[in-house]
Amino acid sequence: MTVSPEDVRHIARLARLELTDEEVEQFRRELSTILAYVEKLEELEAGSAAEPERPDQPLREDTLAEWPDVVPLHEAAPDFEAGFFRVPRVIE
Amino acid sequence: MRAGETSAANAIETALERATEIEDLHAFLSLREERARREAAEVDRRIAAGDGSALPLAGVPVAVKDNIAVAGGPTTCGSRLLEPYVSPFDATAIARLREAGAIVIGKTNLDEFAMGSSTENSAFGPSRNPHDPTRVPGGSSGGSVVAVATGCVPVALGSETGGSVRQPAAFCGTVGVKPTYGRVSRYGLVAFGSSLDQIGTVGTTVEDAALALSVIAGSDPHDATSAPEPVGDLSAGLDDTDPAGIRIGWPAEYFGEGLDPAILAACEAARDRLAEAGAEIVEVSLPHSPYGIAVYYTVAIAEASSNLARYDGVRYGLRAQSSELSSMYLKTRAAFGAELKRRIMLGTYVLSAGYYDAFYGKGTAVRARIRADFEAAFERVDAILTPTTPTPAFPIGEKAEDPLAMYLNDIYTVSANLAGIPAISLPWGRTPARPDRPALPIGIQLMGPDFAERRLFEIARFLEREAPSA
Repeated sequence: MTVSPEDVRHIARLARLELTDEEVEQFRRELSTILAYVEKLEELEAGSAAEPERPDQPLREDTLAEWPDVVPLHEAAPDFEAGFFRVPRVIE
Repeated sequence: MRAGETSAANAIETALERATEIEDLHAFLSLREERARREAAEVDRRIAAGDGSALPLAGVPVAVKDNIAVAGGPTTCGSRLLEPYVSPFDATAIARLREAGAIVIGKTNLDEFAMGSSTENSAFGPSRNPHDPTRVPGGSSGGSVVAVATGCVPVALGSETGGSVRQPAAFCGTVGVKPTYGRVSRYGLVAFGSSLDQIGTVGTTVEDAALALSVIAGSDPHDATSAPEPVGDLSAGLDDTDPAGIRIGWPAEYFGEGLDPAILAACEAARDRLAEAGAEIVEVSLPHSPYGIAVYYTVAIAEASSNLARYDGVRYGLRAQSSELSSMYLKTRAAFGAELKRRIMLGTYVLSAGYYDAFYGKGTAVRARIRADFEAAFERVDAILTPTTPTPAFPIGEKAEDPLAMYLNDIYTVSANLAGIPAISLPWGRTPARPDRPALPIGIQLMGPDFAERRLFEIARFLEREAPSA
């Protein structure tokens, strides 16, 4: 498995990670090594192994409940004002 | 304590003093000194009022991995991204500990977002192994295990995605439990790999770890993946177990190349003790377990890259200032450490167009075969005995430059997570001292079928009595 610097930059864009040139080279090398190891799964013949069976998960009733105190939730945000999370301008 | 021989206040003071004495080992990221003292006073009032019998963990000091929410304090996940965050609520496991009278004395160190096997990926620096401070304690729940191994607390909470409780427990000579997937509510546990994550307990003894699990286990309306199966009493009467007739599986795949000879010898000694006591030793085959790490690094990282997308600087945690939204995301997420970036990159890669079937699809299919191997084995045996780790604790820094070597440390633990089954690591003596390393704790592992925690504790308690001292 060979990963190119372009692959690394493309993946970083999808993941919203900003990488330095050194990191691009480092991840190119490391991703190649790790993915080559993961490719050992190819040794196994394709089969029809089903997804593991899980017991039924009963759904709870969809009832409204009030959160006891919303203020700490607002306070956890870096920038919260008048009921809104504030972010930098999106549209020019 | 309920008998009035000591008080919760005393127990908490002793634990806090011990936490200060072991500061150099960096087990804790934060201590709840004042809150813990207030809660201890309240427990003492309840005991004085005759309410003690309702509190199975009255005044017991507990350490909690810092990816489990405790209201009013930090939940950093060992990351700069959550350094400013204050938890607005208690995880269900924490609420249940409180109801039982336990007192959280502090939050413990971990690899960033529980991703790692050594605590070296913590943004706040590694924890150290109490048996040799130049070595790692294991991870990712390293801080919780160090807090137990040093006698600071009798029990602690950790979390598992691929062995993060059992592996450090083995490295530090404590008991570590990974319950069945769904056994413990994950409400308030910060998500890593959602099809794998499970809160587990660390204990000085099998009984302590079992008692703590009894308290935190059970279904929870806040977690749809929590299991409805009744919990029962997991810790009472463990001493009464007679191993005669119990069938113990011995899988050849777990005793191959790369296993330290002292750890092999420990497993054989445990097997022989069980056989002498009348247990039946049965060779079983788990042919897909050797693929566990490869499967894990498709499934877990894919889920991780998804779960970590929420750290964008909008609703909680760190935000890097920027005049434009997309660069705010980039600059905020630059605070992730190297291992986090590596796993996000890998996860995004295996989920990206053109690679999904080759990696994630294939990984999921092989995962089902790993599970099927266990199901077949548990038709014939009650539990499976293996090593917990291939080697004892390694020196800090030794694997830092080689991510794959670090990942392979979890080779014996990861299959239980992929299969969803319960497992426990318990100490079995030490490796002989060598010129290049002192005598270090060894962990042996028992795995069982879904919801067979009680049976695992019974066998583990028998072995605990037979084990050479750690």
